[in-house]
Amino acid sequence: MKSVYSWMDERLDITPLWRDIADHEVPEHVNPAHHFSAFVYCFGGLTFFVTVIQILSGMFLTMYYVPDIINAHSSVDYLQNKVAFGDIVRGMHHWGASLVIVMMFLHTLRVFFTGSYKAPREMNWVIGMLIFMVMLGLGFTGYLLPWDNKAYFATKVGIQIAETAPVIGAYIKEFLQGGPVVGAQTLTRFFAIHVFFLPAVMLALLGGHFFMIRKQGISGPL
Amino acid sequence: MASSHNKDEKIIYVGDSRVPQKNHESVPRDYMAYPGKSEVFIPNFLLKEWMVASVFMVGFLVLILVDPAPLGEIADPTNAQFIPMPDWYFLFLYQMLKYPYLANKFVVFGTIVIPTIAFGALTLAPFLDTGKERRFYKRPISTGLMLLSIAAIIFLTNVSWMHYEEELEAKGLKPEKHATGGGKKKEEKMGVMAKDHPGFAVFKKATCVSCHGADMKGMSAAGIPALLGVGDKLDQAAIMNIIKNGSENKKMSAQYDSNINNGITPDEMNQLAEWLSKQKKTP
Repeated sequence: MKSVYSWMDERLDITPLWRDIADHEVPEHVNPAHHFSAFVYCFGGLTFFVTVIQILSGMFLTMYYVPDIINAHSSVDYLQNKVAFGDIVRGMHHWGASLVIVMMFLHTLRVFFTGSYKAPREMNWVIGMLIFMVMLGLGFTGYLLPWDNKAYFATKVGIQIAETAPVIGAYIKEFLQGGPVVGAQTLTRFFAIHVFFLPAVMLALLGGHFFMIRKQGISGPL
Repeated sequence: MASSHNKDEKIIYVGDSRVPQKNHESVPRDYMAYPGKSEVFIPNFLLKEWMVASVFMVGFLVLILVDPAPLGEIADPTNAQFIPMPDWYFLFLYQMLKYPYLANKFVVFGTIVIPTIAFGALTLAPFLDTGKERRFYKRPISTGLMLLSIAAIIFLTNVSWMHYEEELEAKGLKPEKHATGGGKKKEEKMGVMAKDHPGFAVFKKATCVSCHGADMKGMSAAGIPALLGVGDKLDQAAIMNIIKNGSENKKMSAQYDSNINNGITPDEMNQLAEWLSKQKKTP
């Protein structure tokens, strides 16, 4: 094991990569083992935890889900009621979608009330807000995918609301709906946005978020 | 682990223009401000921190097992009864659009102006609140605005949900939670019972079939309930009461007299009600 590692390290110099992640010190004031009230500093980590759960459960869901209006509903029904542990995986994705919003909201409030967004961490706050909006976008697009009445009418109303925007409203509608009505085009579009576009954007933003935390460190105690 | 890396193993790039010699400036500052009590992230901190994730995960899985993810009936664009509702975290935005100065002619205020100001201000918070003070109780303006926003979000979400429940009640609907899957299985088991009963023959010539259908499945999209299994919910007297006086939510009008006028005798009407009360999932 050690010789394999040394062989790799000699060629790629990988030690600094993990040393950078592993060796940084966690200060006392964010460590719940020292002060229980520091659990508020766990919200960000838990948001990331739920995000990982969302990515993994979502990957498993796409093994069964079919993004077309004839089969979408029955494929969800099948994986919910017939597939082994399908109800658990879908339950994780369904409830995780709500939980990630809750945890992210709590994390935002923690950062806000501890004033951690102040200089020099302004950019990280802005990135965090962008992540928030991407998450809301993921929630909105994912809501349509089971293609039941709730999904259909919520999306219809959502697109109607977006349409009221001056000048660009009609273009937003066209972009989201993909056709004259909420239908087959809309479903495939929302699927693509939900599964490819937004997760890619979110991972990039998360990378930036974590990079800045490492660069700037955690804000000091109050 | 951390000490296993000795200098002999380190590769030295000679004449390689891509990789500059490490100057170790990117190594994060240590937390000298917190002497003695800080600890390294891996493994010391994570070995404690995983417990937080475990507690969280247990709660999460309990939630999943207690309340399975809902799945309603397949989307039916012609369903005029369905009350559209976004997911709960959009409710406060949705509710805002129901107030007169944020709707209709002024809808742009509700859909664009206010959300843009709110989310814009939140996004630009570091550039609006530039003071050095970090403690929230020494920043009354930003703290006050945030608390006010949270109160508004909670209030609007709550009002929105209450409206929804009132609307459901007024329309006599129930939210579709597990309509398919579980529901379908029940329906397959549930057929028309007691077909040799004289009430079945009455049912076929009575006015019931025009709305509830000859298969007794009703029309869920128009809010007409199925009569299959009606005996589980209502007894003969209650069914007769609905036939005579119409349904409680006024969707179904009184049918008794028109059936009598169509030549069905009162005796046959009683047989009909008796037969309907026998429509149970389990005989």
